[in-house]
Amino acid sequence: MNAPNILSLSDLRFGYDRKLPTVLQGLALDIPPGTITAILGPNGAGKTTLLHIILGLLAPQAGKILIDGKPHTSYSRRQMSRLIGLVPQSEYIPFEFSVLEFVLLGRAPYLGPLEMPSEGDRQVALEALRSIGLEHLWDRPTPSLSGGERQLAMVARALAQKTRLLLLDEPTSHLDLGNRDRTLNVLRALARDGMTIIFTTHDPNLATTADYVVLLRRGAILAAGAMATTLTTENLSATYGIPVQVIRWDGRVFVVSEHGNVTTGVG
Amino acid sequence: MSSLTADRRQSADAVFTDVRSARATRQASWILRHPFILLSALLLLVLLLSLFVGRFPQPYWMSPMLLQENELARQLVFNLRLPRILTAVLLSMALAGAGAVMQMIFRNPLVEPGFLGVSQGAGFGAALAIIKISNAPLVVETSAAMFAFLGLAMSYFLARRLRYGGWVLRLVLAGIAVSALFSSGVGLLKYVADPLKQLPEITFWLLGGLWSVTWTELLYILPIVIPALVVVWLMRWRLNLLSLSDETAFSLGVSVGRERALLLGVSVAATAAVVAIAGIVGWVGLIVPHIARRVMGTDAQHSLPASMLIGGIFALLCDDIGRTLYVGEIPLGILTSLIGAVLFAVMMMSSSQRFRR
Repeated sequence: MNAPNILSLSDLRFGYDRKLPTVLQGLALDIPPGTITAILGPNGAGKTTLLHIILGLLAPQAGKILIDGKPHTSYSRRQMSRLIGLVPQSEYIPFEFSVLEFVLLGRAPYLGPLEMPSEGDRQVALEALRSIGLEHLWDRPTPSLSGGERQLAMVARALAQKTRLLLLDEPTSHLDLGNRDRTLNVLRALARDGMTIIFTTHDPNLATTADYVVLLRRGAILAAGAMATTLTTENLSATYGIPVQVIRWDGRVFVVSEHGNVTTGVG
Repeated sequence: MSSLTADRRQSADAVFTDVRSARATRQASWILRHPFILLSALLLLVLLLSLFVGRFPQPYWMSPMLLQENELARQLVFNLRLPRILTAVLLSMALAGAGAVMQMIFRNPLVEPGFLGVSQGAGFGAALAIIKISNAPLVVETSAAMFAFLGLAMSYFLARRLRYGGWVLRLVLAGIAVSALFSSGVGLLKYVADPLKQLPEITFWLLGGLWSVTWTELLYILPIVIPALVVVWLMRWRLNLLSLSDETAFSLGVSVGRERALLLGVSVAATAAVVAIAGIVGWVGLIVPHIARRVMGTDAQHSLPASMLIGGIFALLCDDIGRTLYVGEIPLGILTSLIGAVLFAVMMMSSSQRFRR
């Protein structure tokens, strides 16, 4: 890759408490811009923790984080929020914001503490809704959205943020097949437009849709690299601790567990 | 794929016609286009009418002409009714505004502004003053204010020491514990109070009311309540961000802890100030933000100012009823609770009906 990496982690170590075992240990990772990276691992592998460290919400005990070539500590909170957006795994919204009001919240990094969103901000928010095909719902209250629509609304909010890096925590874990496809299509379109996307998942078949895959187990990277070379039978079996088989068929990759349980492969 | 883009373009066009038609219907009604002008005008109207409502010289209504002829009428209107009316407005703006702020910050639509030990603390302070010192209004009010802030401080430090749950949950738990502590203290004080002289005073104070309010009290709370309301009003759009989960708010560049603390601090200060002079006026801070959100939508940019204005109208009307209906007045807290609870029940039953801008 010629372009400088948008994100580069080296020798990262993290633990929630000194007395508890470390969650991440000696982790290193380079992510080129305009790519989709899947962080794959079983539950409790430290995927969300890693995402929160990249976001700056958690501070690593040791190690370096470079964002666009500069250490992450050299950015202010506001600058960071213009660089990195987050789509949380599931978000409980206790109030009935309309979809447009909800997406408008993504403009916060560009507004002073006493400022109200302007007409320009409304246009950006509408544009974000349009780009994911949700614009017809702009006036609907968020609690009335379906799970898939709510997920897309959160993506739209992160898009209104106009960041270069988008982090998604288990973006499709609550979605049915159709909505899963819809979300993945949106992510691919975003990556084509130059957005760098990192998502976590515990589902190997979702990872087959990424350019790069990082296999995480108990806070350590087992393997990382291009999807086709990293998602192998040996690597996945080691990650999940059960025999797993990777099947390549018709240019697609499928992951099957020992008992032949398969979730649909997308690829 | 191309049909998909075409679809999208079509629906995008549909959105713009939607927006246009929405604009057209809004232009159709000037009043609906300017809900704040409507609400402010309504508040001013109620405020003006309230000056002439009461039991002098005869029940219910006093002719404004009397102001020119009668010195007593002038005295009554300008030295008793006016400060009381202004206090009622300020009180309810503070309670409703603080309620709206806290419901959003605590991400819980059932939170009311006095719950962090403020209301019960004030009640305890007032009861203590009545029993141990004197029942002079200023003494009672000062003691109430001190204990309101003490209740808040105790909740805060207790929450810091708790080793359970997130910050929001810890504050809620601490608030419950401190409120229970003070309310049992109030119970004890009522038990030992002189049943003929002190107990009625305490009971009246706890019911909440504005009968003892003069210009002095109004001037005491002004320097706390006005700046608090201004800060909350200026930061109203930020409130939306604070109602999101911590990680999301953080990713949007919000200094979650600092901004929450600031808004919480000023809201509680305003609440403590008004509770100290008016006693525990319940339900304003709970029900009014709900009505405001129902009328103006959730976005605090609109619902917070609406909350303050509707709160002002609501409590002023309640106080007017309270001091007019009978010779001895009905405590404000009773009326706000009665009407508030009925409104709440009605709203909950018709929750499918929505008004949106």
